[in-house]
Amino acid sequence: MNEQGSPPDAAQSTALANLQKDKRIDLLMGILLRTGVLLSAAIVLLGGLLFVTRHPGPVANYRVFRGEPPEFRTLRGILGEARAWHGRGLIQLGLLLLIATPVARVVFSVGAFLYERDWKYVAVSLLVLALLFYSLFGGHG
Amino acid sequence: MTALEFTALIAFGSLLAGFLGALTGLGGGVVIVPMLTLLFGVDIRYAIGAALVSVIATSSGAAAAYVRDGYSNIRVGMFLEIATTIGALSGAALALYLRASIIAIIFGVVLLYSAYASYRQKEHTVKDEDPDRIATWLQMDSSFPTANGLETYHVRRVPLCFVIMYIAGVLSGLLGIGSGAVKVLAMDQAMKLPFKVSTTTSNFMIGVTAAASAGIYLSRGYIDPGLAMPVMLGVLAGSLLGARVLASAKVKTLRIVFSAVIGILAIEMIYNGFAGKF
Repeated sequence: MNEQGSPPDAAQSTALANLQKDKRIDLLMGILLRTGVLLSAAIVLLGGLLFVTRHPGPVANYRVFRGEPPEFRTLRGILGEARAWHGRGLIQLGLLLLIATPVARVVFSVGAFLYERDWKYVAVSLLVLALLFYSLFGGHG
Repeated sequence: MTALEFTALIAFGSLLAGFLGALTGLGGGVVIVPMLTLLFGVDIRYAIGAALVSVIATSSGAAAAYVRDGYSNIRVGMFLEIATTIGALSGAALALYLRASIIAIIFGVVLLYSAYASYRQKEHTVKDEDPDRIATWLQMDSSFPTANGLETYHVRRVPLCFVIMYIAGVLSGLLGIGSGAVKVLAMDQAMKLPFKVSTTTSNFMIGVTAAASAGIYLSRGYIDPGLAMPVMLGVLAGSLLGARVLASAKVKTLRIVFSAVIGILAIEMIYNGFAGKF
């Protein structure tokens, strides 16, 4: 580890201590991310199958940008469409879950740093979380 | 073209993009927008929305494997995510005011840089320097596994890296890409992190950055389910496949070829942008 064999400096011992604590947290975080992605992919796939089998007609025109109707861009609209088992509503629900996965990771980090009593990084992750919530619920239309 | 044919074609193209993106380390997201706009004639705003979603999927899917290996520096990543998320919010706001052709030109330029960065990408050894005051206060110094056991490293120049990360966030929010190339530049060149730590920490950060702008794109109606579905599933499947093949494949030639393809796409994006075809 230390090539010269000199006594490790303070920074180095913190580094090693951090690594030990972080190891278990990393593992849990990996499981969280993978579960979120696979679950959302499954929902998107289900919605996609419903969508293509029920829409035998020609493809929608993507050359001209019109923007999605409210049922595909608001939380309330997407939940309503998904509950009615509409293919595109389920796809959007899966995509919402996908977007929520990194957000869940940050929530998890807040908890993990609290557990480590690492107040600086509790503050850092709370700030990142606040920014994410602002983007998701800030009412950008 | 029927919806089924269109979906199958897009899914196949995205699969290929995700596969090559994982093999070469460029990420599948960068070629999705040129593919959708140049090949399929999709409006660039729909293309960016779909690409953004696929970026979250590949980043989160791959990060699960990376964090387990112990390379990524979670403290560095979390701290710099402040810069990338603020950047992503700015980029998504900027996308409202810029004309599609301007966005296409910026996209082309960033694409050219990504191709160049990937072409000259190589591992280099970092000479360990003295601890840095800010990095020490933020407890960023860490270690990573090498052939000779754990090796510790010091983190340098946090403020400079923070600024570059903000720019990476803006580009991500504006163009719907992960900006992996810029993130690696910031950590590799400015912070002097070991190369493997830079790439894996970058990947770890991409998901959060993309989620910040994806929320805005979704509520603005840029994410179309019929288009995002085959793109997201295709890129995700392709990148998982690519990561599996990566261990045994000789990627050097492939990386040069893929960089060249990206370079051509970039020039076409810039040309079409100036010609007002977007």
